Amino acid sequence: MSLDADDVAKIAHLARLEISQDNVAEYARNLSSILDLVEQMSAVSTEGVEPMAHPLSLAQRLRPDVVTETDQRDAFQHNGPQVEAGLYLVPKVIE
Amino acid sequence: MHTKSLAQLAQGLQAGEFTSVELTHRYLERIDEFGPDLNCFITTTADLALQQAQAADARIAAGEAGPLTGIPLAHKDIFCTRGVRTSCGSRMLDNFIAPYESNVSEQLARAGMVMLGKTNMDEFAMGSSNETSYYGAVKNPWNLAAVPGGSSGGSAVAVAARLTPIATGTDTGGSIRQPAALCGITGIKPTYGRVSRYGMVAFASSLDQAGPMTQSAEDAALVLGAMAGFDQRDSTCVEQPVPDYMAGLEQDLKGLRIGLPKEYFSDGLDNEMARVIDDAIAVFRDLGAELVEISLPNTTLAVPTYYVVAPAECSSNLSRFDGVRYGYRCEDPQDLEDLYKRSRGEGFGDEVKRRIMIGTYALSAGYYDAYYLKAQQLRHLISDDFKQAFEQVDVIMGPTSPSVAFNIGEKSEDPVSMYLSDIYTIAVNLAGLPGMSVPAGFINELPAGLQIIGNYFDETRLLNVAHQYQQQTDWHRRIPEQFS
Repeated sequence: MSLDADDVAKIAHLARLEISQDNVAEYARNLSSILDLVEQMSAVSTEGVEPMAHPLSLAQRLRPDVVTETDQRDAFQHNGPQVEAGLYLVPKVIE
Repeated sequence: MHTKSLAQLAQGLQAGEFTSVELTHRYLERIDEFGPDLNCFITTTADLALQQAQAADARIAAGEAGPLTGIPLAHKDIFCTRGVRTSCGSRMLDNFIAPYESNVSEQLARAGMVMLGKTNMDEFAMGSSNETSYYGAVKNPWNLAAVPGGSSGGSAVAVAARLTPIATGTDTGGSIRQPAALCGITGIKPTYGRVSRYGMVAFASSLDQAGPMTQSAEDAALVLGAMAGFDQRDSTCVEQPVPDYMAGLEQDLKGLRIGLPKEYFSDGLDNEMARVIDDAIAVFRDLGAELVEISLPNTTLAVPTYYVVAPAECSSNLSRFDGVRYGYRCEDPQDLEDLYKRSRGEGFGDEVKRRIMIGTYALSAGYYDAYYLKAQQLRHLISDDFKQAFEQVDVIMGPTSPSVAFNIGEKSEDPVSMYLSDIYTIAVNLAGLPGMSVPAGFINELPAGLQIIGNYFDETRLLNVAHQYQQQTDWHRRIPEQFS
């Protein structure tokens, strides 16, 4: 499996990652070699094999639908890059 | 003082030979002296440590101490510690002060342990050499030009150089066992779900598991007992009582059935590594264990499978880092998309970006069946190999890592060669089994580790087997001369 510069740009966009133009070729080379490694999976037939989602085949636990969290907005907003009046600020989205 | 076992430290504290404050000072001095050269700490928390040590001394004086009260430790910087920076080795979280406490650090604090600081690690736990950290490479105390392994490299080094009696680690594909092997210490990755993941920065949620990194199996038994247990805040944490791991240590090994997977001892295994592992196995044979050749036919598929499952889960988990609510934000974003892209592009390092992109690609429309579904099916086959093996044997043994520590820079340009250094550890995570690494000898003056793999929730047996081995050998007591 070989990825080219356009593939890398497309994947980087999907992942919302900026990759500088200078590094695209190196990413293409490294990602292609990782996909070559991954390609070895096709050596074995998995027809009819159940996909494994949990090592112990346990179902997710459910809990009663009640409020358990307390309001810690101020504490959490300490880590916000830009906050004002309890809100998180981002560049203008709607003109 | 810094070479004592946890039991000896506890005894010294109880008997009043030294106080927790004195003990803490001693380790803080060692961290000041040796830490910078080894680069094994991202943050030290001296003031907090001394406060906790005073509280521990008061508890000891009041006769309310447990076996870990007053003993210092270091946490991998992946565990959220309230009020203390939790960077996960990334520029993305360089400014992140955790607003809450992880279950692991909370339980160990409740047991009275004293936090010395937060250890260096591969960025977001993605790496096998501790070279991907935003805070720079960690050095192996046995040879400063060599890597300590990863991703829990800082924790392994801090224990190996005796800058802390124990440290916590996490293991997604070998990140406790491989650095433990490369640094000559003991490390155990418990069964998936044995220890709560609450407050542990997520990498690949179906694989991540926390465990202790220690000087011996006995120390690991003591600490694991305090870390493990049900926690409703982690939906995959298993509701099962925690056995008394210490009580199982002395069991004799007569009749223990040890499985030796022929795939682990094939042509690819380095001669010197084969010699070290053969010598270790001979010790068990002398203790009355029975050796059984077994087969794990899908062994070679583990690394390819892992490099779909782990990146897929990482791309999903790391989508939370958007530059809006916490973490790094780029300068002067032009619009929201620019804010996302540059914050993530500048905040994450190369290896993290590679894995996010592999995962994004594998999960993108049209590729899901060929990659993620296929990998989850192979995961089932790999897990079945172990299930069949454990019908014949009690534990499985082999090398932890194909080689001893490689040099800094040697593999950093070639991600795939780096990935293959986890060839023996990765399958254990895919199957969700417990695995352990114990020091088993030296090759070219660098430590080599024996891996012991157990059945689900059989940590008691793993610790017992490792402890009995450590009664016959002294590899785990060796300390790099510069730091002795």
